[in-house]
Amino acid sequence: MGIFDRYRHLLDARQAMRESGADPLVTMERVVSPTEAIIAGRKTLLVGTHNYFGLTFDESCIAAAIAATRAEGTGTTGSRMANGSYAEHAALEAELADFYGMKHCMVTTTGYQANLGIISTLVGEGDYLVIDADSHASIYDACKQTQATVIRFRHNDPASLEARLRRLKDEPGNKLVVVEGIYSMLGDTAPLREFVDITKRYGGYILVDEAHSMGAMGAHCRGLVEHVGVLDQVDFVVGTFSKTLGAIGGFCTSNLEGFEVLRVATRAYMFTASLPPSIVASVRAALRIVRRDGAKLQARLWENVATLYDGLTEAGFRLGPERSPVIAVLLPDQMTAVGVWNALLEAGIYVNLAVPPATPGGLCLLRCSISAAHSRGQLQHMVDTLTGIGRRFGLLSTERKRAVASAR
Amino acid sequence: MRSAHKFKVYDFTDTVVSDPQSPARDQVVAEIVQRLEPFRVDSRPVLGSTVITKDLNIDSLAVMDMVMELEDRFDISIPLNDVAEIHTVDELADAVLRKVEGR
Repeated sequence: MGIFDRYRHLLDARQAMRESGADPLVTMERVVSPTEAIIAGRKTLLVGTHNYFGLTFDESCIAAAIAATRAEGTGTTGSRMANGSYAEHAALEAELADFYGMKHCMVTTTGYQANLGIISTLVGEGDYLVIDADSHASIYDACKQTQATVIRFRHNDPASLEARLRRLKDEPGNKLVVVEGIYSMLGDTAPLREFVDITKRYGGYILVDEAHSMGAMGAHCRGLVEHVGVLDQVDFVVGTFSKTLGAIGGFCTSNLEGFEVLRVATRAYMFTASLPPSIVASVRAALRIVRRDGAKLQARLWENVATLYDGLTEAGFRLGPERSPVIAVLLPDQMTAVGVWNALLEAGIYVNLAVPPATPGGLCLLRCSISAAHSRGQLQHMVDTLTGIGRRFGLLSTERKRAVASAR
Repeated sequence: MRSAHKFKVYDFTDTVVSDPQSPARDQVVAEIVQRLEPFRVDSRPVLGSTVITKDLNIDSLAVMDMVMELEDRFDISIPLNDVAEIHTVDELADAVLRKVEGR
């Protein structure tokens, strides 16, 4: 057996997609703005980039990154444990802690590493890690790395979480519950207040991953924890710099005493080179923008969400359960999903294609993400274009419209 | 609209078995087989010796979802860590019975 043979099925799946005329592994030939790129020689509208505030081309972020590169070089060439802790890393951590009103914050080189490293380190042998069934891959990978016992509960179901914590109530060992603010596939939000109440009632700790909800939610853009008023009750907030903040990196912030020990226990933090000066500088600049203009950008983002979500609903598409910066268009099967995705790309609009096993419940979907930088015209154009394609694929017949209406 | 999907994503069963305190082995096997029926390949029946991820057309996510249903059905915890060690229907039934006894 060859060393790559175990992945045969992945190759076969990709080949099948190629034969149906689409290759979802797209190359951006040139990104020209937060909402536009050249793909296959064609100017393409980007509606799948998680660039929620459109800050990737912000002048102050770009200037900060350039200045930091000139001042301190292109990379740190070392981990936070060795030569890679600069004053700017500490400053960013202090600013993030202050942003959340927490005492501690630790920055990691990617958001994936924040979940992988911190979750797998927080719990160990004899402890319990209790996760939502629809958790992101980084959380599942933390489950593989930890020595703790891992239990799943039904997605966004407080009763299911409670049943699991009740069964564990006489077990010694810490219990860590992990949920996300906005789920990245369907764009649905967690019933967080209920999750926090239940977790506390059973003496557990709760960690909330706000990767998709930082910026988009909360009066001060601090995510779902702020939106539902539990910021002072959650034990850990994890986030990323690669979405609203327009760069790359991750963080975890907490008020718990003793948190700093994670710096010498979290292997994904200790054995990776730290973020380069340019990134740290652009993230600090982006965070300043969020603090200054966040309310305005958030309002624009939600206006844009309404344009696409309501427009597509009106047209008769089946969407994720609630208005959200992540809008999932549900399609009946993989063939149709690939076909519609490809037709949209050929019409000059890029979205994410998501098919099993990356999706919950075997769903096939087009995953759109909205930016404050989109114009209403761009999103109306997407509604019109996708509606035309939907008609062509027979997805929007009047019978279907009626079925959707009666299902509500 | 916060907690529940508007559309049906999972097909969970919430009813409780007649005697979840001490189910017979046959009953546990039957519960598992019933949940695996939709994933049968051809007309081969699902048996105690069926290797779940090899003999059936089921992915790891669906296996984890089935285990979650069994947890609620019998009011037990079956950690993900254990699921990796379980290959056949018989092994899964044994794991369920062990948890029920240890409850």
